[in-house]
Amino acid sequence: MITLLVNTIGIFLVGLIIWWFWIYQSRDDSTKIDNLIEIKVKDGVYQPAHIETEVNHSITLRFIREDPSPCAETVVFSSLNISKQLPLHESVDISLNIKKPGEYEFTCQMGMYRGKLTVK
Amino acid sequence: MKKNNYTFVLTGVRCASCVAKIESTLQKISGVLDAKMNFLDHTVTVSADDKLSANIFIKALEQLGYGATLIDGIEQNEAKKKSLEQQYYNNLIAKTFVAAIVGVPLFIIGVIDVMPSLQTEQGYWINLVFGLATLGVLIYSGGHFFVGGWKALKAHNANMDTLIAIGTGIAWLYSMVAILFTHLLPDMAQHVYFEAAAIIIALVNLGAVLELRARRHTSEAIQRLMKLQPKTARVIRNNGEIDIPIESLQIGELIRVRPGEQIPIDGVLTEGSSNVDESMLTGEPLANEKKIGDKVIGGTLNKNGSFIFQTSHVGKETVLAQIIQLVQQAQNSKPALARLADQISAYFVPSVLIIAIVTALIWFNVGIEPKIAYMLVTSMAVLVIACPCALGLAVPISVTVGIGKAAEYGVLIRHADALQQAGQLTTIVLDKTGTITLGRPEVTGVYPVHDQDRNRMLILAASLEVGSEHPLAEAIVTAAKKDGLALLNTTNFHAITGQGVGGTIDGQQIWLGNRYLMEQQRIELGGLKQQADQLAASGQTPIFVAAEKEIIGILSIADPIKPDSKIAIQRLQKMGLKVIMMTGDHQMTAHAIANQVGISDVMAEVLPKDKAEKISELQKKSEKVGMVGDGINDAPALAQAEVGFAIGTGTDVAIESAGITLMRGSLQGVADAIVISQQTIRNMKQNLFGALIYNVMGIPIAAGILFPFTGLLLNPMIAGAAMALSSVTVVTNANRLRFFKPTGINS
Repeated sequence: MITLLVNTIGIFLVGLIIWWFWIYQSRDDSTKIDNLIEIKVKDGVYQPAHIETEVNHSITLRFIREDPSPCAETVVFSSLNISKQLPLHESVDISLNIKKPGEYEFTCQMGMYRGKLTVK
Repeated sequence: MKKNNYTFVLTGVRCASCVAKIESTLQKISGVLDAKMNFLDHTVTVSADDKLSANIFIKALEQLGYGATLIDGIEQNEAKKKSLEQQYYNNLIAKTFVAAIVGVPLFIIGVIDVMPSLQTEQGYWINLVFGLATLGVLIYSGGHFFVGGWKALKAHNANMDTLIAIGTGIAWLYSMVAILFTHLLPDMAQHVYFEAAAIIIALVNLGAVLELRARRHTSEAIQRLMKLQPKTARVIRNNGEIDIPIESLQIGELIRVRPGEQIPIDGVLTEGSSNVDESMLTGEPLANEKKIGDKVIGGTLNKNGSFIFQTSHVGKETVLAQIIQLVQQAQNSKPALARLADQISAYFVPSVLIIAIVTALIWFNVGIEPKIAYMLVTSMAVLVIACPCALGLAVPISVTVGIGKAAEYGVLIRHADALQQAGQLTTIVLDKTGTITLGRPEVTGVYPVHDQDRNRMLILAASLEVGSEHPLAEAIVTAAKKDGLALLNTTNFHAITGQGVGGTIDGQQIWLGNRYLMEQQRIELGGLKQQADQLAASGQTPIFVAAEKEIIGILSIADPIKPDSKIAIQRLQKMGLKVIMMTGDHQMTAHAIANQVGISDVMAEVLPKDKAEKISELQKKSEKVGMVGDGINDAPALAQAEVGFAIGTGTDVAIESAGITLMRGSLQGVADAIVISQQTIRNMKQNLFGALIYNVMGIPIAAGILFPFTGLLLNPMIAGAAMALSSVTVVTNANRLRFFKPTGINS
């Protein structure tokens, strides 16, 4: 009985992890189309981490780093070839006007901070 | 009202009594909230309405007779950054210390096995106290892992914090269960793991401290460049000279530079002359002679002379500012190699969580007793040994150090991809003019026919060419001027494309040009034909001079080869690269130059528009081509090549078509760039390989894969130490690149 219970819980947890991190598409915390979006870099995450915009729409992402850990030092948009240093407690603007719809990830240098810009 | 703080450094403050005057003057300006002077370091800090600009204060201070310099943004930022960093660093040390103070005694008590059993009342209370102390450690020293992990979790994200928080969190929870509900656990599993939780927190914090220390060196190169920027310049205004801050300089102002001073900004020398040490920007060890009309670069060092120059670029347009910007951008770029790590990192942490659960299940199903304790120990070790940071850091940290190192030698790498590709080149194509040669044609010989006067011949040639724009014309005019010859008036000047020029001087029809021109004009060359062939065969361009229908002599013009071109080419060949020369020159001249520098592969008579095509032909033969050229005429070829090297004039930084810009003119820079690239790539691979192998091997060992064979289980504390060390190792390995010195630099 206990064997079954433990194994079931284990498998359930594995499923939960897969669903939570890879399958679930977050909607609630995404910021809708706006011209200027402030993104806080704090406690290991970008807030908000999901941003939506439209093709050919000019958008400015204002990063404000509040996390002193060196991990948070740089924000990289790998597919857009953009990379900016984020000095502590200062705002750094990245202006974008993306021509192609798609999902553009932004991360810290180590890929631990993760955010996504969805262009529709 | 929003307020702004400005800090100025003052000059000319001699007595403490000035302080009151300065403060009261500034305070009287409307909008100023406060002005405080520090007499010791001669600074004044003004707190004012943000609508007031710094210039208002500078003017007010200047009217009082003081020089004022705003401590600029970069410097202030650097200072602020340093103090914040220091604060963070101290904080981490305190956290490490607290965790160690609790963890180490607990660990020792565990090892000497003096703890009473949990089933006794004494054991219960002692362990409860230890549990609370560890909770304190988790909150104070490890709180940031829990907050970060939780926030990441909410954002459907997982990071390093997640792993540490879960690893230490379950260790603490299990231990508390063991204390509070001892009877629920089998006898052998009645054990607490507080020491593991506290020591893991201490080690991870210690790792962060060490990493931070190591990281300070990674951006050394850029900091050194930033420090090159002088703060003030001595401007000549209304016949007087005043020191003003760099920020308030305008284009076109006259600046005086005295011996031993740093040149404050870019400009053109207008009076005086000197030798200037530009090694800090170009890597060129010898000082450059500067005379009137020469460009000077801000941040370089004036050696012996005194001179005045006119500013040509200010602010972000200066060479130094552009170099800093370019290096910073490049340091932040990622080569293709990094994308592998990026892809892995997105799946890494959740995968480790899954592995930890699967590990626990395996121990539960097939493990030995006490199963529950083994489940805990192994899954905790899996969680804390995994180090996604080392993996993610592996490539970017090498790129930062490598590109910074290259910049120190005057090699500006535009993007990490160029860095990666430069190390993999198989063929180097060199443009001739300005790349192998100096790009400044000179008259190398004046050969009049026997009865003609040498000077008269040079005067005629130069007088004719004075109105021409051809590069060879400039060489002839310069040669005549150098000999102090006075030029004559030319009438009826006309140029015949591809042949030469003609005109009337002193009533005589003079012709100057190549053999075709002479043939066209039916002028007999006689024995000069052979002499001309000899000159061409030695890499010089023969130019005939004729008066009326009679030949009067030949001028030979050559573009001298740079002094170290031959050595640099040999170095490239020794590195196993195929070196090809490409030029628009005539076959004979081209081969002559190629022979002198030891190149056997020559592409001559290539029109500028065909250069890119030639590169593409080489690429079709699976060659990885690096093209070295001047960045303007060769732009299409530079862009076509895998890596374009723009050979610098020392002032052009932003050469878009080139992946790599060489600040000094020497071809040694190409070899240096390739060597630095190879070293950086090797370093990156070591890092990436190390981090991958570490995780690939570390995780199964932590899970207990060796246990059935050797009985070995990894203590979670050792796993934590390994994790903390792995990122430090990556940063330290990248830092080794700082000591790297390309061999050609000294030669």
